[in-house]
Amino acid sequence: AEMRVLVGVKRVVDYAVKVRVKPDKTGVITEGVQHSMNPFDEIALEEAVKLKEKKAVTEVVAFSMGGPKCQEVLRTALAKGADKAIHIEIPDADASQLEPLHVARAMRKIIESDKFDAVFLGKQAIDDDANQTGSLLAGMMDWPQALYASKVEPDGKSLKVTREIDGGLDTIKVTLPAVLSADLRLNEPRYATLPNIMKAKKKPLEKKSAKDLGIDLAPQTKMVEVSEPPVRQAGGFVDDVPALIAKLKEKGFIKA
Amino acid sequence: RMLSRLAPKAAVRSAISGTNASRFASAAATGKKEKPAPMAAQESDSFCMNLFRGKAKVDQVFPYPLNLDEERKETLQMILDPTAKFLNEVNDVVKNDENAETPMAVLKQFAELGAFGALVPPEYEGAGMNNTQMARLAEIVGSHDLGLGVIMGAHQSIGYKGILLVGTEEQKKKYLPDLATGRKFAAFCLTEPSTGSDANSVRSTARKSDDGSHYILNANKIYISNGGFADVFTVFAQMPIKQADGTTKNKVTAFIVERGFGGITNGPPEKKMGIKGSNTAVVDFENVKIPKENLLGGEGEGFKVAMNILNNGRFGIPAAMTGAMKHCIKKTIDHVTTREQFGHKLEEYGNVQEKLANMIAKQYACESILYILASNMDRGIQDYQLEAAIAKVFTSECAWFTCDEAIQVHGGMGFMKETGLERVLRDLRIFRIFEGANDIMRIFVGLTGIQHAGKHLQAQASGGIGGLIGLAMGRFAGPSGAFNGVVDPALKKSADALDNCVSLFGRTVQDLLVKHKKGIINRQYEVVRVADAAIDIYGMAATLSRCTQTSKSAGSTAEYEKKVANYFCETAAARAEANLKSVAADNEAIVNTIAEISKGACSAGANPIAHPIDTL
Repeated sequence: AEMRVLVGVKRVVDYAVKVRVKPDKTGVITEGVQHSMNPFDEIALEEAVKLKEKKAVTEVVAFSMGGPKCQEVLRTALAKGADKAIHIEIPDADASQLEPLHVARAMRKIIESDKFDAVFLGKQAIDDDANQTGSLLAGMMDWPQALYASKVEPDGKSLKVTREIDGGLDTIKVTLPAVLSADLRLNEPRYATLPNIMKAKKKPLEKKSAKDLGIDLAPQTKMVEVSEPPVRQAGGFVDDVPALIAKLKEKGFIKA
Repeated sequence: RMLSRLAPKAAVRSAISGTNASRFASAAATGKKEKPAPMAAQESDSFCMNLFRGKAKVDQVFPYPLNLDEERKETLQMILDPTAKFLNEVNDVVKNDENAETPMAVLKQFAELGAFGALVPPEYEGAGMNNTQMARLAEIVGSHDLGLGVIMGAHQSIGYKGILLVGTEEQKKKYLPDLATGRKFAAFCLTEPSTGSDANSVRSTARKSDDGSHYILNANKIYISNGGFADVFTVFAQMPIKQADGTTKNKVTAFIVERGFGGITNGPPEKKMGIKGSNTAVVDFENVKIPKENLLGGEGEGFKVAMNILNNGRFGIPAAMTGAMKHCIKKTIDHVTTREQFGHKLEEYGNVQEKLANMIAKQYACESILYILASNMDRGIQDYQLEAAIAKVFTSECAWFTCDEAIQVHGGMGFMKETGLERVLRDLRIFRIFEGANDIMRIFVGLTGIQHAGKHLQAQASGGIGGLIGLAMGRFAGPSGAFNGVVDPALKKSADALDNCVSLFGRTVQDLLVKHKKGIINRQYEVVRVADAAIDIYGMAATLSRCTQTSKSAGSTAEYEKKVANYFCETAAARAEANLKSVAADNEAIVNTIAEISKGACSAGANPIAHPIDTL
C-alpha cells in the first residue's frame, strides 16, 4: 500500500546566530546572516525518512514556501532522504509578509492535486514561534491532528502518536490522512553524508509560484514594531523592611 | 656571465618549491661551481615574479578571480552545514587534545561527509570539489580543530595527492576510492633524521629487483603525520639511475607503498606541543617489496613529484590559518565588548582597538590571498609557486600573531585551558615549521624572484657591469599607474602606495643584483627582508583586488570593508618600505657583526659573555 508523506521545511535564521533588530524596527537583520533548516522541521523530516526505511512510508516529499533561497533547505532535505522537493516561490520582497495561513493554503492546494496520506511539520518555526501551520492545515482539510509528537508508531491505517503536553505524555491514535507536528525529543536528525548529497543533486525539485496555485497572499497581520527586549535595569539594595515597603509604594507596586 | 651562476642545474620553472632554495644555499655553502645554465629569461604572468622586476603585472590578481558557479556554491553549502554540525556536536577538540588522539569512529563519521576525498572526482567516490571549495571546507575545520585539519591535510593534501597528480589510471582506480572514503588512510613520507628542508638529501634507498618485477625499499622516516594508522604511504627514496652519459647517479624516486606489503613498522605517537589529536610517528620500511606498478611518476623523478605535491597542497594551510584566525577574532570581540576595567569596556581603549584592528586587517588580507591562490589554481594557472609560498608564510605568521594577541587581550583568562585559546596557540606553532619551513620559504621566494629578475636584466644588458648600470639609469622612472583602472576609486590612496612600493621594490632588487651579483645567494640578511617586502606588497594587491570586487555587492558593509583594506595597505606599505630601506643600506658592517656574534658563541660552545656579577 502506498503511504506518501509531505514534509514542510522552513528556512530560518540559524539557531546559533545572535539576532539583531533592523534599525528601522520592521524586523530582524537577515542579510548576510547564517540560515538553516528549522530544527523542528529537521526532526519531522527525519521521522518521515525513518518510517520510509521501516517500509511504513513509500515516498517522502519535502515542501517549502518562500524566496529563492528556500532551495538550499530543500536540497538539504533531499540529501537527508526526501525523494522529491516542491518549492512554492514568492518574491524575496514579499517573503517577510508570509504567514502560516498562506503556507497552509499552499499545502492544501498541493495535497488536493497530489494525494498525500500525512503531513509532517515541525511544531513551530524558531523565527516566528507561530505554531499555527499544522493546525490551520488540519482544519482546512478536516483532518485529525497529532501535535507535539515525541513518538510515532504506524498502526495499519492509523498512527499511534505519543505527545508531550504540559501535564505529561498523551497517547492518541489518529486515522490517516492526518497532520503531525514534531517536538524536540521525537528523534535525532541524521547528518547528510556525501553519497546522499551527491544523490540529492539528481532528485527532482519542482518549482511553482503562489500565483500558479491561485492562493491569496493578502496579509492578515501587520508588523507594527520589532524591538530588542528591554535592557535589564539595575536593582537596588534597601536597609530594612520599612524601607522596602516605602520603595514598593513609591514604584506603584503596592497601593500607597 | 656573472648572473648566470645564479641558475642551478634544476630548472626553477618546474612546479617546485621549498627546498630548491636550500639547494641554492647549499650549493653556495659548499662552494660548488654549478655549470652555467642557459640564459633564457622566462616570461611569467605571476604577479610576484614580475614584482621582482618592478613590474605590476595584474592579470592574475585583478579582477579578483574568486567566482564559484551556482552549482558549486550549492554543493559547498550542502557539505559545509553538516560539517559545521559535525565539528560542533560529534568531534570533541578538547578531548582530542587531552587524550592526544582523535578516535577512529569520529574520523569514520567525518569521512562520510566526504571530507577525506574533497578533490577526488566522483567516479573514484570523491566529493569532486575544486580547490576553492576545499579551501572553504579547510577554513571551517581550521576554526574548530587544527589537529583534525592536519589529519585531513596529511591524508589528502599531501598523503595521496601524488596519486591524484601523477598516478596512472590503474593506480587511481586501485587506491583513490578507499582513500577518498576514508576506508584507508594515507601518509606522506619524506622527512628523515637528517633530512628536513633539504629534500634531496634523503638517505632511504630503493633498488630494482634482479628480475625487474619489484623494488626493494629501505627507509627510516620520522615525524610522519598519520604514520601510526595509515595503510597507504607515498615514500621517497634514493635510487641508482643510469644517466645519459652511462654513469649511475642516485636520484630520489617516489613509490606508493601499502602497509600490507610487509616490513613496515611504526613507532609510538610522538608527544607534541600541539595538534595532539593528530598522530605523528616514526615509520620504518625494511626490505619492503614494492610491485613495479607502484612506482609513482618516473624513476628518478621523485624530487619533482615531492615538490609538486607540496606546492599543490600548500593552499590548505592558508585555509586552516584563516579559519583559526576567525575563531580567535570572534572570541576577542566577545571579550572586549563585555569585559570592563577601570570603569570602561576594553573595546573603548585605543590600544585594544589597535590590537583588534590589526587582527581584522591581517585576517582580511589572509582570506584575500587564499582565494586568489585557490581560484587561480582552479582556472588552470600553473605558475603559482611564489604565491603559494607567500600565502603559507604570511598566513601562518598572521595566525600566530592573532592568537597570541587574542590571549593577551583575554588577560589571565587567555592563559587558562577553559577559554580554548591556549590550545589553538599550541596547535598553530607547527604551521610555521612543517610543509615548507617559513625560513626556507622566505629564502625561496626571495631567491627565485631575484633570479627571475636577474635573468631578465642579463638578457637586456649589453654586457658587463657598465651595461647594467646604464640600464639602471633609465628604469623605474616612477609609479606605473597600472592599478588606476582596476582598483575602486575609493581605494586610490592605497593603490598609489602599492604602485610606489612595486617601483621601489624593483629598484631595490636591481640594485642588489648589481651590487652582489651571484653572491646574492649568501646575502640572507637582504634576501629575507626582500621576501618580507614582497609578502606585504602582494598582500596589499590581494586586499585591494578583493575589496574592489566585493564593494560592488557587499551592501551595507562595503564602507567598513574599505576601511579595513585601506588600513591593511597603510601598515603593509610602511613595513615594506622599512624592509626595502634596510636592504638598500650598506649592510656590510651589521652582517659581519651578526656573523661574529654567532660564530663567537658557536665556537665557544656557549654564550661566551660572563655574568656581570662575576666580572664586576
